[in-house]
Amino acid sequence: MIPDEILATLTLRAGFNSAVVVAGTACLGVAAGVIGSFMLLRKRAMVSDALSHATLPGIALAFLIATALGMEGRSLPVLLAGALFSGVLGVLAIQAISRFTRLPEDAAIGAVLSVFFGVGVVLLSHIQTLATGNQAGLKTFILGQTAAMNRNEAMAIAGLALAALAACVLLFKEFRLLCFDPGFAAGQGWPTVRIDLTLMGLTTLVTVIGLQTVGLILIIALLIVPPAAARFWTEKLWAMLVIAAVLGGISGWLGASLSALVPRLPAGAVIVLVAGSLFLFSFLFAPARGVVATAWRQARLRLAYAEQAALTGLLHGRPPASGGMDTWLRVRGMVRDSALTARGRDAARSSERNRRLWERFLIHYPTLVPGRANWGIDPIDRVLPRDLVLELESLPEQLSP
Amino acid sequence: MDMLFSLRSGQKPGDGPAAPASPLEVRDLTVAYNRKPVLWSVDYTAPSQGLIAIVGPNGAGKSTFVKACLGLVPSVSGSVKVYGSPLGKRRSLIGYVPQRESVDWDFPASALDVAAMGRYGMIGWCRPVGRAHREAARACLDRVGMADFADRQIGQLSGGQQQRVFLARALAQEARIYFMDEPFAGVDAATERAVIQVLRDLDSAGRTVICVHHDLQTVADYFDHVLLLNTRVVAAGPVGSTLNAETLHRTYGGRLGPADVPGVRKHVAEAGAA
Repeated sequence: MIPDEILATLTLRAGFNSAVVVAGTACLGVAAGVIGSFMLLRKRAMVSDALSHATLPGIALAFLIATALGMEGRSLPVLLAGALFSGVLGVLAIQAISRFTRLPEDAAIGAVLSVFFGVGVVLLSHIQTLATGNQAGLKTFILGQTAAMNRNEAMAIAGLALAALAACVLLFKEFRLLCFDPGFAAGQGWPTVRIDLTLMGLTTLVTVIGLQTVGLILIIALLIVPPAAARFWTEKLWAMLVIAAVLGGISGWLGASLSALVPRLPAGAVIVLVAGSLFLFSFLFAPARGVVATAWRQARLRLAYAEQAALTGLLHGRPPASGGMDTWLRVRGMVRDSALTARGRDAARSSERNRRLWERFLIHYPTLVPGRANWGIDPIDRVLPRDLVLELESLPEQLSP
Repeated sequence: MDMLFSLRSGQKPGDGPAAPASPLEVRDLTVAYNRKPVLWSVDYTAPSQGLIAIVGPNGAGKSTFVKACLGLVPSVSGSVKVYGSPLGKRRSLIGYVPQRESVDWDFPASALDVAAMGRYGMIGWCRPVGRAHREAARACLDRVGMADFADRQIGQLSGGQQQRVFLARALAQEARIYFMDEPFAGVDAATERAVIQVLRDLDSAGRTVICVHHDLQTVADYFDHVLLLNTRVVAAGPVGSTLNAETLHRTYGGRLGPADVPGVRKHVAEAGAA
């Protein structure tokens, strides 16, 4: 594989056919990212997993029936119709079990997922014993294969994905309300069951059109991993949707390109690996909720509290408890020969005043919560309004007994 | 802050129900999932003025009563009428404050986003939240003292502030009858004062407010009417004549009497002296 060829595929210059396939898969990733975000927030991530696994018996049955009727068993519309049928059946089975029994939903999901998939595997083995010699394509539905796609199929995928995306944009407000507070939504008169079904329907659509490219085992990853990664970056829903769409689109784009270059490489696995890498990066480095940023904030806060305690102690003649803090203050030029420098004394006095005002604020206004301030550390003059600071300063030192 | 009410109080002719229908009329309501019904043949007619508290022990069906009034749980029998009409026709007149624990506060939304949800019913299908509705929602946040927190992610708010956001969302509905499920549960003193002030404003603006209330000490101070509920209706009426040793004993069984609750003891003593 020469680099030029890789570059050509990625930039859609390797011929019209593969360009359409790559673009179609990217559209699928965008739609899955947006719809998956709502499924994640509706806490239905695992339902979509069961849905995708439940499509397998439908695919096998559709093949068997079509072949028995003398039709072309591998015709894509027939197979997808079968997938749609048994996928919906699987979701209905989950809803029926959790509604009419006392089993929790996750148990219902586990049971339906495994039983449907098991039936599918049995049917698939049966098909392989048949002498039609035409069943080879079915297995690509399990792990996905973009190389087998033609341009019409890819265009259909792109079109349906964009339609699903448009539906999400139209129903943004309704989905947001349903995902946050279905009880309130119903109280306001929204038909929550029908909105839920619409969301499930869009998920089913994405799953079925993704069978060929991503495969039924891994389509869940495209629905859940980009939204989960997007959540690390933002506290806003629309931003989460946009980021999930971008991450899903990149995953589809790169995955389909690589899979088109290496025909034996299952597209689903490559797409999921790309999505997984993006997730890992977000998990570690996203500034809003990522691990590194969180740890960094906590470490800085701890240092600030320790420094404040050490400076106040030195001001009253107590040396820092740890040698590390002593070194730190010397490096910062606040301590020389175990005594505060002029700069250190200024810092200590201002730090002590800051802490005293914060204490008074805490006592006199226990229910007020200032913005994203670090209590006791951030300069209070910058956090609270001027008149409130003046009021705190004028309060008597001794609280009433 | 009064803008909200003045908007609604200037009623057009034929806008509201002309007949003096009760805000809420519940007939023979039964809700049952298992052998023991949660609510059993409940009859209740809400007065058109004064704040109403629903009081009863844990598991008495207080929340279920509210949810059944809103049509959120299926009833076995009975009917609910709001201003003389079935629920379906009166949705836009109903405001709702669910229990705070009923949602995931880590949801990616700001306080303003949540308050604006109260407007969704008026906005209708598939249309975005316009500027006017956002400003109305912001005014409601201001009414509960949360204007400075409008853009804060809801997970970063304290419990009391989250409760106030829920109240702002209900205010944004501009309803005529409000159902509130434990609006005082687990809130700080400042929130409790803010909430009761809003409830009193609603009452004086002619709105009906029905609250599930868990704190017997404050029932007599905060509310004008009480519905004592324990699967069936034990008693209902003005707080002064309804809340007494006997009705409390019948509501809570032997578990609790007025002697256990200083606020009620004082109230009962005053009622006895009068």
